[in-house]
Amino acid sequence: MAERVRVLRTAKLFIGGAFPRSESGRTFEARGADGTVLANVALASRKDVRDAVVAARAAQPGWAAATALNRGQVLHRVAELLEGRHAQLVDELVATGVEPDAARAEVDGAVDRLVWYAGWTDKLTQVAGGVNPVAGPFFNLTVPEPVGVVGVIAPQRSALLGLVSVVAPALVGGNTVVVVASEARPLPAVTLTEILATSDVPPGTVDVLTGSVAELAPVLAGHLDVDGLDLTGLAGVDGVDRVALETAAAEDVTRVLPPPAEEPDFHRTPRGVDRIMAFCDLKTVWHPKGP
Amino acid sequence: MSRFPLDLGSPGWEYAPAPEARTVARLDAGAQGRLFIGGTWQDAADGATFPTHSPATDEHLADVALAGGTDVDRAVAAARAALPAWSGLPGAERAKLLFRLARMLQERAREFAVLEVLDNGKPIRETRDFDVPTAAAHLFHHAGWADKLDHAGLGPAPRPVGVVGAIVPWNFPLLMLAWKVAPALASGSTVVLKPAETTPLTALRFAELCEQADLPPGVLNVVTGAGATGAALVRHPGVDKIAFTGSTAVGKDIQRTLAGTDRRLTLELGGKAANIVFADAPIDETIEGIVDGIFFNQGHVCCAGSRLLVEEPVHDLVVERLTRRIGTLRLGDPLDKNTDVGAINSPAQLARIRELADVGEAEGAQRWTADCPLPERGNWFPPTVFTGVSQSSRIAQEEIFGPVLSVLTFRTPDEAVTKANNTPYGLSAGIWTEKGARILWMADRLRAGVVWANTFNRFDPASPFGGVKESGFGREGGRQGLHAYLEPSADRGGIDG
Repeated sequence: MAERVRVLRTAKLFIGGAFPRSESGRTFEARGADGTVLANVALASRKDVRDAVVAARAAQPGWAAATALNRGQVLHRVAELLEGRHAQLVDELVATGVEPDAARAEVDGAVDRLVWYAGWTDKLTQVAGGVNPVAGPFFNLTVPEPVGVVGVIAPQRSALLGLVSVVAPALVGGNTVVVVASEARPLPAVTLTEILATSDVPPGTVDVLTGSVAELAPVLAGHLDVDGLDLTGLAGVDGVDRVALETAAAEDVTRVLPPPAEEPDFHRTPRGVDRIMAFCDLKTVWHPKGP
Repeated sequence: MSRFPLDLGSPGWEYAPAPEARTVARLDAGAQGRLFIGGTWQDAADGATFPTHSPATDEHLADVALAGGTDVDRAVAAARAALPAWSGLPGAERAKLLFRLARMLQERAREFAVLEVLDNGKPIRETRDFDVPTAAAHLFHHAGWADKLDHAGLGPAPRPVGVVGAIVPWNFPLLMLAWKVAPALASGSTVVLKPAETTPLTALRFAELCEQADLPPGVLNVVTGAGATGAALVRHPGVDKIAFTGSTAVGKDIQRTLAGTDRRLTLELGGKAANIVFADAPIDETIEGIVDGIFFNQGHVCCAGSRLLVEEPVHDLVVERLTRRIGTLRLGDPLDKNTDVGAINSPAQLARIRELADVGEAEGAQRWTADCPLPERGNWFPPTVFTGVSQSSRIAQEEIFGPVLSVLTFRTPDEAVTKANNTPYGLSAGIWTEKGARILWMADRLRAGVVWANTFNRFDPASPFGGVKESGFGREGGRQGLHAYLEPSADRGGIDG
C-alpha cells in the first residue's frame, strides 16, 4: 500500500484577522537546519506592512477600550490554545535545529510567558500609576495608557518564546502590534497566527508579517501611523542599519525600544513591567475638590 | 445670559503703579555672566559672549559667556569626574543638600522672582507666586527621594543614569531647570545644564546658590549659549542622558542625533491643547480657566489651552464673556504687581506670533484684539482671540506660543474628542462641565498626557507631567518622573535590558 501523501500547509500572512498571501505574490523558502525546504512562506512587501498598520490602527481603540479583565482572559486563552498545539510547535522548532528538550522548554516557556502577561492586564494601572498628593485642593491621578500601534521586529533565534515575549507586553498595555517574524525561522510565528485567529483576540490586534527584516523594518520605522517600535529582533541581523531606523522613527517622535547587543535569553524572567511600560504613556488627570 | 451680569466695561477703579524694586535682582553682583564648570566660574575658552536683554524694555542686562565645544567638553568632564563621589554619597546626605537648596531658594525667592522678570519679561505676580515657589517645591519633593530610591518601583538599589545633559527653554527658565536638576541630583546623577539663549540669568544665579549651599564641584555645571551649545551637548558622547524641554522640531532633531547611541532621552515638546467647554459648564469659573489657559505667561506655555472648543449653544455667550474679561487684563510693566500680561520674550518670538496671527486672518477667521495700549519699547502683543476658526487653519494646528486663542465649536462629545485629538500634538487638554461621568468619559478618550477638568495649567512636583504623540515622551514629577534618571540595579537581570 502506498504511503499516504501529507497535506502541506500554505504559510500566509496574518492581517486584520485574515490570512492573505503577500500582495506582491512573492514567497521564500523556510529551510530546516539540514537545508530541506520546510515551506514556501509569504514574502511580505512594503504594501503588506502598510495594510497591516491600517488593520492594527483600526483595531486599536477597541482593544484598548476592552476591560483589563477581558484583555487578560483573551491573552490567557491564547496560552490555552498554544498549549494544545504543543507537539506541533515542538516539531517546528526541532526542524529548525533546536534540540528536542530545548524545543519543549521553549514551548513551555511561551505558554507560561503568556499566562504571566495575561495576569498583568489588571495590575498595571495600580503598579505603574497612582494618586498624587498635590499641594492644593485637587484630586490628581496618573494612569498608563497605550501609545497605539507598535511595530515589532521579533527575535531571530528564539522564534516562539522570543516572539511571545515581545508581543505580549505590548498587548497588555492596550496596544495593537504589527510583527515582523523571525526571518530564518518563520514557521512558529505562522502557527501562532493560526492560534490567534481561533482565540478571542480581535482581528487586527496582532498582525504578523513574514519576510525580510531588511526590507520591512524601514517601512515600519518610517510609518507615521506607528507609535512605538520594538527593535529587539535586530540583534543578530546583518545588513540592517539601526541608526537609519531610529532616525526615521524620530520623524513622528515614535517611542523606540532599542535592540540589545545580542539576543537575550528569553527563558529569564521578565523584569517587572519595563517592557509593558516601554509602549505606554502616562496620563495625569486633575479635578478640583470642593463642597 | 449669566445670572450675575457684571458691567466690566465701566471704568471702575484705576490701579496705582505698584512696581517691585528691580535692585533686588542684584544685576551687577556676583559672578554674573560666566560659565559654571567644576565649581569654578570661567569665561568661554574663546572669550565669546552674547548679550541678554529685557524683553519689556530692550534694556541690555548683561553679557554672558557663549560656551563652545571646548567649554561643553570641560563641563561634561567635570560632571563625569563628580559622578562617582556624588552617586556614592549616602542618599540621606544628597537629600540634605537638596533640602538646603530648596530652602535657600525660598530665602532668596524675591531676588530670583525679580531677576526672572527682568530676563524673561513675564509678570512679577507669576514669578513670585508660581515660578519660584514651584521650583523650590520641586527641589524639596525630590530631596526626599534621594534616600528612598529603593522604593521608586525599579527594584532595590537602582543606579543613577549618569551624566545628564539638561536643555531648558526660555518660558519658565528657573522652573524647567528645577524640573530637571532636582530629580537628576536626587538620583545621584550629575548635570550639565544649558539654559535658553534669551534667559540665562536665573540659571547662573542658581549656580551661585549651589556654590553657597556647598554642593560638590561638578555636580551641577551651567553652560550658557544658543542652539550650537545645546547641539554640542546633545552630540557629546560623555553624556548618558538628554532631558530636553522645547520645540517639537528641535526635539525631533535631538531624537535623530541620539539614534543608535543607547543614550537615554526624555522630550517635553510642543502642544496645541484643546480646552473644551460644554454648555453646562459653570460660566464664571470657565471664563477664568480659559483666561488662565491661554494668557498665563503670555501664552508662552507648551500646554497652553490655545484651542477653545465650545459647545455650539453657548459659543456666543462664552465669547462675549471672555472678551469682556480679557478687556480687564492689564498689560505692561512686568515688574508692576498689578500686571497680568507681560512682554513677549524675544523679537523672534514676536515675529512668529504676528506671522501666525496674520495667517489666521488671511485664512478667514475673525480677529478680536484687546483694546489695551502697548508700551513703546520692548516686545508686546495684545491678547487676541480668533473666532470662526476652521480645523485645518494653521492657527488651529500650529503652536503659536503667544497670547492668541483660536475658538472652534462642537455639537456632541464625540465631535469634541475627535476635534481635540486632531493635531500631531498631545500634551494637555481641558474639560469644563458639571457632569462627572462626562469628565471621566472624555478624560479616557483625549489623547493628552495631562487632562485638566474644571481647572487648567496646574502643576505639582508630585504629579507626572508630559506628552503623548509628538508632544514628546517621558514624565517630569513624582515617582514616574524620577524613573527618567534611574537605571535598574545591574544585578537585577531579566530580559528587558
